[in-house]
Amino acid sequence: MSAPQMLRADLAALSDWIPEGARVLDLGCGDGALLAHLTATRGVRGYGLEIDPANVSACIAQGVNVIQADLNEGLADFEDQAFDVVLMNQALQALARPDAALAEMLRVGKKAIVTFPNFGHWRVRASLALGGAMPVTPSLPEKWFNTPNIHLCTVADFEALAAERGWRISRKALLDHDHRSGLAIRLMPNAFAEMAIYELQKG
Amino acid sequence: MNQGTVGVVSPQRVVITTPLQLDCGRSLPSHELMVETYGQLNAAKSNAVLICHALSGDHHAAGSHSADDKKTGWWDNCIGPGKPIDTDHFFVVSLNNLGGCKGSTGPNTINPETGRVWGPDFPLLTVRDWVRSQGLLADGLGIAQWAAVIGGSLGGMQVQQWAVACPERIRHAVVIAAAPRLSAQNIAFNEIARQAILSDPDFHGGHYLAHNAVPSRGLKLARMLGHITYLSDAAMRAKFGVELKAASPSFNYDVEFEVESYLRHQGQSFVDRFDANTYLLMTKALDYFDPARDFGGDLAAAYAGAKAKFLVMAFSSDWRFSPERSREIVRALVKSGKEVSYAVIESELGHDDFLMPIPHYHAVLKNYLARVADEVAG
Repeated sequence: MSAPQMLRADLAALSDWIPEGARVLDLGCGDGALLAHLTATRGVRGYGLEIDPANVSACIAQGVNVIQADLNEGLADFEDQAFDVVLMNQALQALARPDAALAEMLRVGKKAIVTFPNFGHWRVRASLALGGAMPVTPSLPEKWFNTPNIHLCTVADFEALAAERGWRISRKALLDHDHRSGLAIRLMPNAFAEMAIYELQKG
Repeated sequence: MNQGTVGVVSPQRVVITTPLQLDCGRSLPSHELMVETYGQLNAAKSNAVLICHALSGDHHAAGSHSADDKKTGWWDNCIGPGKPIDTDHFFVVSLNNLGGCKGSTGPNTINPETGRVWGPDFPLLTVRDWVRSQGLLADGLGIAQWAAVIGGSLGGMQVQQWAVACPERIRHAVVIAAAPRLSAQNIAFNEIARQAILSDPDFHGGHYLAHNAVPSRGLKLARMLGHITYLSDAAMRAKFGVELKAASPSFNYDVEFEVESYLRHQGQSFVDRFDANTYLLMTKALDYFDPARDFGGDLAAAYAGAKAKFLVMAFSSDWRFSPERSREIVRALVKSGKEVSYAVIESELGHDDFLMPIPHYHAVLKNYLARVADEVAG
């Protein structure tokens, strides 16, 4: 069992957003660390979806229910409003159609919780403005040609999409690289947040 | 990975004297099953694993029958010490199903009422009948609950039936390369296989043994057809190519392509080891399998009473029971709120891949069963 202190910082930041005993669908669940943690500490029930075979075996080794699937194919296997929470941690920007994925999350879940790296962070802006090259930062370490992150967005872009589609932002957190929220982030969130967590509900 | 063999094993004949009521309306007052077991049953009798075989399988799943026997059981790469179905932790039970032709009561055994070979008079069976028979076997072994029931293809259908019919008796259901029911295409292939056998002049209405005959042409054709469905197009191309064996065409019907000699060989060797009436019966049991039938076609409703946790696996190149068919099972299990994991194994061979030691496949199975072993360690 993964002790809370062993949990990666980004997963720890997410875990107190999940109600006790919730039915959870975790999209892009990786090695299942978050679901294993939520099952142990919050008594959640649910499934992870994961495309990578090594991660699928790792989930199974942890006793996490995992369904091997490609998120780009949608969530047709799941009924409307079947889950209390549908989670997606750091996968949105790697999808072919993030907007369609979010709509699917809100179809099968009562709430959608999504995290993504903020492309509006000052380091990203500086890299492009001063270096003239696609940004490579600690949060976004790959080069433009091999990055899985094909649909990066800023906090402002994300909120504009939510407004356009009529999705209500019921909670949000903007965090720095250590997954803390500081003064700079409070003053200029789109420039200083490295990671964003949003909870969406249908409007 | 430290992997060993279960070594030399001896099949046992288990006589079941409890009458067995069959779905067709008939019943068997007693029946016999050929069984092999590997590993040790623990004191709590909680570590037993049942292996369900596919169409042409039997009880000899692992090990060999003598020290100089080079031919090991059909799933020897998966069952043994340190292997995914680890006999250091599990007591593994493998049987030849009722209606089989490897020593269990079936069409080629003697009907005690007549003193003659059953032949075509042997009752047609369903997957449900097999699970009932396996349940009686479990009773005899003192196993109240299987730690896991595991099977591929037709074996995976028996696993599903166990979960639906006997929810208290199965902790984990491992369903591999299976489907929730056959497709029209699957039934069509089975029907052609049956017609090949039924129309063989040596079939004699199923009484071929009484005529000292074997419908070998029909059985051979049936198996040749089956083998096409077990392999992917790409695997056939890779294995056999499409080059003529000779420098130029011979303009006759002799074997000219590698795939022809493969199919003829597979067909012929099957005739030497399998019984035509059993083949007919097995394909029919496949066709009839449909746990949703009693629930108005609602598979999720069929699974609603299941208590097992499920592991469902499919193979990317399998077109006989494609990953999409396994997804139907997963979808229904999710809908009915069951615990389920699903892995698609990237593969090349086709349906036959469920018998291959593909690393991702065996890793998933091993990881899953290691947790089961921890759960039931008594």
